Formats: sequence, structure tokens, C-alpha cells
Amino acid sequence: MASGATIRGSLRTRLMLLLIGSSAILAIILFVLVRSFAVQIAQQSQDRILLASATSILEAATVRNGEVEIDIPYSAFAMLNTKNDDRVFYKIEQDGVFLSGYEGLISSSGETDSPMFKMEEFNGNVVRVVSESRRLSDDQTTQTLVASVAQTRDSLADTLQDISRTAGILGFGFFVLATALSLWSAAYAIRPLNRMANTVARRGPQDLRAVTQSVPKEMGPLVGALNRLMGRLGASLTQSEDFIAEAAHRVRTPLATVRSHAEATLQRVNKEENRSALRAMIRAIDESSRAAGQLLDHAMVTFRADQIATENVDLGDLCGEIVDRLRPLADMKDIEIALDVRGPAKINGDPILLQNAVRNLIDNALKYSPAESEITLALWTDDKVRLEVRDQGPGFPKDQIEQLPHRFTRGSNAKGTIGSGLGLTIAQDVVTAHKGEMVISNAAEGGGACVNFSFALQ
Amino acid sequence: MKYLLVEDNEDLARAICSRMSFDGHVIDHAATVSGAIDFISTYDYDLILLDIMLPDGDGREFLKEHRAREKDTPVIILTARSEVSDRISVLDLGADDYITKPFDHEELQARCRAVLRRKHGTTRNVKKIGDITFDSVSGILQINGQDIMLRNRELRLLELFLSSPNQIFSKQKLADRLFSYVEDVSENAIEVYVGRIRKHLEGSSVRITTLRGLGYRLDHG
Repeated sequence: MASGATIRGSLRTRLMLLLIGSSAILAIILFVLVRSFAVQIAQQSQDRILLASATSILEAATVRNGEVEIDIPYSAFAMLNTKNDDRVFYKIEQDGVFLSGYEGLISSSGETDSPMFKMEEFNGNVVRVVSESRRLSDDQTTQTLVASVAQTRDSLADTLQDISRTAGILGFGFFVLATALSLWSAAYAIRPLNRMANTVARRGPQDLRAVTQSVPKEMGPLVGALNRLMGRLGASLTQSEDFIAEAAHRVRTPLATVRSHAEATLQRVNKEENRSALRAMIRAIDESSRAAGQLLDHAMVTFRADQIATENVDLGDLCGEIVDRLRPLADMKDIEIALDVRGPAKINGDPILLQNAVRNLIDNALKYSPAESEITLALWTDDKVRLEVRDQGPGFPKDQIEQLPHRFTRGSNAKGTIGSGLGLTIAQDVVTAHKGEMVISNAAEGGGACVNFSFALQ
Repeated sequence: MKYLLVEDNEDLARAICSRMSFDGHVIDHAATVSGAIDFISTYDYDLILLDIMLPDGDGREFLKEHRAREKDTPVIILTARSEVSDRISVLDLGADDYITKPFDHEELQARCRAVLRRKHGTTRNVKKIGDITFDSVSGILQINGQDIMLRNRELRLLELFLSSPNQIFSKQKLADRLFSYVEDVSENAIEVYVGRIRKHLEGSSVRITTLRGLGYRLDHG
């Protein structure tokens, strides 16, 4: 299929890589988004609990006679229990003065009313600190209490790891699914292209009809160009065939006229001198018409052999037809043509070419055979499909057997017969085009030419 | 035998006609498809010789139309085109045979004879002279109710003698009819064939006489 074209890259691979690449990017984005969203949620929930804890500590504070009293409720720390036993620190300040808890804990002793959240390093742990303030007043004084509660983040880290794993699995699953879909869509997108390539490739060499099947829009220009090319090719093939036929017509018609006149005159003329002149004339006409015919046949054969049209050919039927056709000619010399079909002989090939080749062999045999002799055309199949034409003529000159299938070579004993020297060349060309072999030889006893075709079994 | 020749080349047609009449056949000539249709609608010919390229149409069209009328007159196509491309289409259209121009008149006769033999059997062209009957289509010579099958060359030779009894045929003339122009034929070969005919004619009232220095003549009675 790739004959002649330089192959670089593949549309299918390119499409697939693009699809897989973009799904990989999408999977990574998905992973990052899910994860950061989860981190945010987890942080928010920790903050809320820490704030609740700080608030409940502040709620428990009372002022009596200007003294602050705090009875830290149990629930303030119980609500911070986690399965990882995260440690909890706290610190209470009054107007910036340390009251209780861990003094080293940094609090955000801001004057703002809203709570403060911060990350911090404390005792070698990263902790989340929440500071909440409250103003307490009795009759005389107003104090600002700040409660800070901090918690290590072991449990949070665990949760985050869980979420990351899940997000990772999700992203990977998405990627695998997208890859499978990419393979399928690349194949699906490329299918009309393959389908068209197949229909065109399956066609016989003579089939130059336009491609009419429906194709996607993008393939329209390609198919259009292909159809135009086939149209031009078809036109030029028809032109060549017409030209060959027309050339034959132009050459042969006047020759036919001259020949018929010469023959008719010969019937009336008695003087030996004139008769032999007329005979020579007829001979020359036969010579040139045969040469013209063979040249045109040779052109046709060369032309068709380039693009051999294969169909299943039954050589038995084909030879039967040829023998029927040549029998009247053979009768004129009282030659018997025996068709000996010893078994089925079928090959794939071009019937017109094969017919031409076999006809040339029998033509030769008829020309060189003596009157009242026999020509045998045998067909059989052993390890190959074989066809053999044998006559009882003088045979091929022994020293020339090698050269005879060459163009315009005629045997040294061919003098006195009409011929162009192309018959065996045509036969050889046809056999070669069918990947077969032609062997010419002489029968062992009593001379007689023998030509053998062999073709591979189907 | 009555033939119809459909051929637009006047020269060639004249030559074919004169040769056919010489051989004792009646032949009509049409130069166009329409002319040919006129001829076949007025007479049932024994054989049609049909050229392919005609001024007012294609010989193949005529053939198709002729076959469509369910006539089975045998048709031999005269083609000057390359045999490779034409042969299939004309035989598919119902032609009985074809011959490529230029052709040997003897070959044309041989093909006519073969086609007629296939189509008609032996009824149409029987010649009677003296006590022999001869059917040149089937090649059967009948003497005293006895059938003798002639070989092709014997047949052609006898046919020639029978076409003009009492006429003298020189050896060269006989050789021209029996052998192709390319063969170098010795006069002995003619003597061999004349000898064979004589043998076949033994016991009949017909005989072939040798005229020394002139040739042969068929005598009867």
C-alpha cells in the first residue's frame, strides 16, 4: 500500500498522542484542584474547632472584684480530640500579661475584634494557633482577655494524605479512561480514510470509475483530486487503445483493397511473368499487414501487461475457442489441430493476452507444418499449470533456440514464410507478465517444434 | 449460395464481389447500414459479410438489430481493427466468425464454408453433374449413393473444376487456389491432388482429363 510514497508520521498516532497528552494535562489539573480544595476544607474545619475551643475558654471567664477567674471547661479540650492524639497547647493573657498555659506560645495579641489564625513553630512542632479576645467589664474596670489555642497537625496531615491518594487514583483513572477513548476516537476518525484506501486498492486495474462513496468533508478535496486523476488516466488509456485500433484500420483497409485486386487479377492473367509479379505483390502485402498487425498486437500486449487484469481463466475453454477459430485455416492445409486437455488447467490472468500468446504459437505451427500433418495443443497440471504446442514441422534451428524469443529474430529456416519475428516475443512477454516460463525445444524424434508454457499454481 | 456484402470501401467491395462471382456465388453489395437493412428485409441471404466501420453507423449496431429480429443468418465480420480489442465484442454480439483485413480470399471462403456447415448442415449447396452430387459446404461427394468425405484441398480442387466444367485449368491456376502464395509449390503437388480426385471419381461418369502442356479439364457424360 505504501508503494512509492514516503511515509512520515501517522495521522492516527498524531491524533492519539494529542488526545492522550491533553487528557494527561487535564488529569493533573484535576488532581491539583481536588487536592487544594480538600486542604482548604480540612483547614477550615480545624480552624472552626480551634475557634470554638478558644471561645468556650473565654466564655468561662468571669470578673469578680476586678479579678479574672477562669474555670476552663473540660469540653474546651475534649472537642479537640483526634485519633492521632494531636497535642493541644493554650495560653491565656490579660491585657497582654500572661495568665495561664504555655507562655512560649506566640499569640496574636492584636486589638482587633475578629479572631486570628496563624501557623507557627512551637516546641519543634508545626501548630495552628487561633487567638480570640474578649472584653470583660465589672463596675470599675474593663479587661481584655486573649485566649490562644494551638493544635499539632498530625491528623490533618493524615487526612490530607488520604485525600491526595484518592485524588491521585481519580486522576489516574480519568487518564486511563481518556487514553482508551483516544485510541477509539483516533481509529474512528481515521476509519473513512482507511475505508476509501481499501475500496480503491481492491479495484481491478481497468476500473477507473470515480469514487462515489460518501466521505467526510475534509476528504472531499483529496477524493476530488483522485477522481480527476483517474478520469484523465482513463481518457488517455481509451485514447491509446482507440489509437491502436484506428492505426490498424488505416493501415489494413488499403492493403486489403490492393490484395483483393491482385488476387482477382491473378485469376484472369495467364502470362507466367505477370503471375509471378502478382504473387510477389500479394506476398509483400501479407508481409507488411502481418508486421503491422503484430506490431500493434505487441504494443497492445506491452500496454496491457503493465497493468495485468486478473481473472480466473480456464485455459481449456480458452484453447478450445482458439482452436475453433483457427480450424478453417488449418483445414486449408489439411492440418489437424488436436486439443488434448488432460486435466483442469486454470490460472489467474488476462484472457486477452493469453489468447494472443496461444494464437501466436498455433499460427507459427500452422505456418511451418507440412500439409496433412497434426498440431497438438496439450494442457495439464502437475506441480505447475502447463500448456504445450507441438507440431510436425522442421523444428527450430538448433543453434538459434536461445535468440528466437527476441524481437524481430526469425529462424534461419523461416525464409519463404510470412512473419514478423514478433510472435514468440509476444508469447514470451505475455508469459513473463503472468510470472510464468516459456521453453522452446524440438521434439526428440522426427523434428517438430515444441513450445511449453508453465505457470505457477494459484 | 447467395451472400450479402456490407462494405463501404468500393474498391475492396468490387474486388470481393468479382472474386465471389468467379467462385460461383451470387453476391449483393450494400455500402451503408441502411442499404444493408433494405437488402435483408427483401431477401433471406445464406450469409452476410459485414464490415465494422460504416459511414452511417457501426456494423455492430446492424448486427445487434439483425439478431434482435430473430434472424439466424450467419454473419462473418470483416475487421481491420486490431484483433486483440475487437474480437470479444463482435463474437458477444452474435457474429459467427470474423476475419481480419487484409485476408486471403481462400481463407474467407474457408470460413464461410465452416460457418455455413455449422448453421445449415448439408442441404443448401448441392451440385449435380452426370451421376455425381457434390456438396461443397460439407465436403461430401456422392457417387452411386455412396458418400465420400473429401479433404479440404481435394474439396477446393473439385469445387473449382465443377464451377466450370469443360474449361481448361492450368497447373499454375490450380496451384494458386490450393496453396498460399508464399509456398513454393512444385507441379508434382498438383498432380498428387488431381490423382486423388481421379481416384474418388472412379466408377462415375465424370472424369478429369489431362491436356498435355495446357492443364486439366473436367468432362462428363
